[in-house]
Amino acid sequence: MISWMAWTLPVAVFFSVIACILICMTVYEVRSPCVERRGFLPIATTRGDRLFIGLLSSAYVHLVFLGLTDLNLWIPLALSVIWLAVILRWG
Amino acid sequence: MNKTENNKAWFLVLPVFVLVAFSAVIPLMTVVNYSVQDIFDQNNAYFVGAEWFREVLRDPRLHDSLLRQFIYSFAVLAIEIPLGIGVALMMPTKGRMASLCLILLAIPLLIPWNVVGTIWQIFGRGDIGLFGAALNGLGIDYNYASNPADAWATVLLIDVWHWTSLVALLCYSGLRAIPEAFYQAAEIDRASKWAVFRYIQLPRLKSVLVIGVLLRFMDSFMIYTEPFVLTGGGPGNSTTFLSQTLTKMAVGQFDLGPAAAFSLVYFLIVLLVSWLFFTTITHMDKAK
Amino acid sequence: MKMSKRKTLGISLYILFVLVPIYWLLNMSFKTNEEILSSLTLWPQHFTLANYEVIFSDPSWYSGYINSMLYVSMNVVITLLVALPAAYAFSRYRFVGDKHLFFWLLTNRMAPPAVFLLPFFQLYSSVGLFDTHIAVALAHCLFNVPLAVWILEGFMSGVPREIDETAYIDGYSFPRFFVRIFLPMIRSGIGVTAFFTFMFSWVELLLARTLTSVEAKPIAAIMTRTVGAAGIDWGVLSAAGALTIIPGLLVIWFVRNHVAKGFALGRV
Repeated sequence: MISWMAWTLPVAVFFSVIACILICMTVYEVRSPCVERRGFLPIATTRGDRLFIGLLSSAYVHLVFLGLTDLNLWIPLALSVIWLAVILRWG
Repeated sequence: MNKTENNKAWFLVLPVFVLVAFSAVIPLMTVVNYSVQDIFDQNNAYFVGAEWFREVLRDPRLHDSLLRQFIYSFAVLAIEIPLGIGVALMMPTKGRMASLCLILLAIPLLIPWNVVGTIWQIFGRGDIGLFGAALNGLGIDYNYASNPADAWATVLLIDVWHWTSLVALLCYSGLRAIPEAFYQAAEIDRASKWAVFRYIQLPRLKSVLVIGVLLRFMDSFMIYTEPFVLTGGGPGNSTTFLSQTLTKMAVGQFDLGPAAAFSLVYFLIVLLVSWLFFTTITHMDKAK
Repeated sequence: MKMSKRKTLGISLYILFVLVPIYWLLNMSFKTNEEILSSLTLWPQHFTLANYEVIFSDPSWYSGYINSMLYVSMNVVITLLVALPAAYAFSRYRFVGDKHLFFWLLTNRMAPPAVFLLPFFQLYSSVGLFDTHIAVALAHCLFNVPLAVWILEGFMSGVPREIDETAYIDGYSFPRFFVRIFLPMIRSGIGVTAFFTFMFSWVELLLARTLTSVEAKPIAAIMTRTVGAAGIDWGVLSAAGALTIIPGLLVIWFVRNHVAKGFALGRV
């Protein structure tokens, strides 16, 4: 039943992490609803918006590293995590 | 309109969520899985990490078809949106003629995509098709099968023929939503035709135009069937858009890994463009 | 007056542009293959109904129409059933993740179909739905449901909230209010949505072809079959193409007044 999905460990980890983030954000949101505010991003954003922007830009960071350099992928990953934290806090 | 805060609304959304998640998330996960493996058949797959992404990102074929795709989608929007608004403005507002126009305009939308390609395949031929023959008769050397520029223009023309009606129908229903009083007020103010359009009609059209632009962008960005039927991507690579390249890889050569990586990159591009567009529009709304 | 003449001229020209290729399709469907391929003729020299005869006498042809109609109608019904409450929720309430959910729904129109075909095929095979009408209907929901929610939400936002509130004060329960009062108010919106879902499901080929083999094969997929050893049977192909327009014409005929009347709500 599941075998055709050709699961691999890293992909499974990836989707679990995304699912965890979404669940945590939802719980956090229900516990303490956030207000829209203006950070260093040019538009006013909610927490969810910042998460989306962070994730999408992280994806592009990975693509840039893959496309232009031969560096190990742990580097963009580390960068992305830092970037995500920054954008969630100050974005 | 101010909405009330109510998380029970989730129960109303749940059916949609489950339905779409079933057909969207599971295949998406599978495609991500494909993109990190070298797949020979059901039982022979090897983990290759990000190798396919690295390969497709440096593949000149991707760059070329991406560029062609952007130019094409931009051309589609630049022609179809103004033309669609124009057609909607010219349509009769009431009576039998209005219904008749609506029905006639809607016809191209209702033709299966491969039939559209088939029609134009003959229609555009210089020897036996009216369109090709007419162009040749006017002294234009037109042959979509051998001249890349002609092929490209033909695919564009087909798209305009096929989809402008969608924009026109959306705008038409948007225009009908404008209360008569607005026009009367404009008449009292002796507003010019242009002012009526600019300050009354256009703002009211915005919501339908957002739908129109996004739909046309997304759909033209993955145009597949018409160029496939018409030219098969040729001559040369002139009408090989992203979907063609992708399908050749996935189905033709069974390179599932690279094709999956490619389509994820492609998905990210559409996601970014649509999100930018969507956010800009909604924030312009708020700024007012 | 002068303006309206220019308008009439403009719209006539555009409609002419729309209709000429369709005329060409009809024209071809009444010709023999020799005539189609030998010369340019503006109307059939040897008028023939043979192409249509082929379609109506061969079950493998006309069953395609029945299959397409079946899954398209299923799709329209399913789409409307799930999209109506969801659109109401989006137009009336704020809830956790509403905007993101809305955008996520839209993103499903963006996935390039080519690579998703294989997972789709395997997904529906693994739940035992391969080659059934319902499989195609469900798969088409992927791009039709977001669109339906989107269009309906626009129509529903046009209905003033006061109507909901008055109904609740009058003692209507939510389901009763929704079916008895709210749906009739947005029926033009439902008509327009039904038209669009019908249209996109009717014309889609790739998914429908992948998810079916014999039992539920759609007409558009059968048409690709005519590309056979003896070349393409253009006459039959155009006859089949001409017939694919008819169901759509019927649907647009039914909703024409809804579109023409427009969002009558704006005038209330």
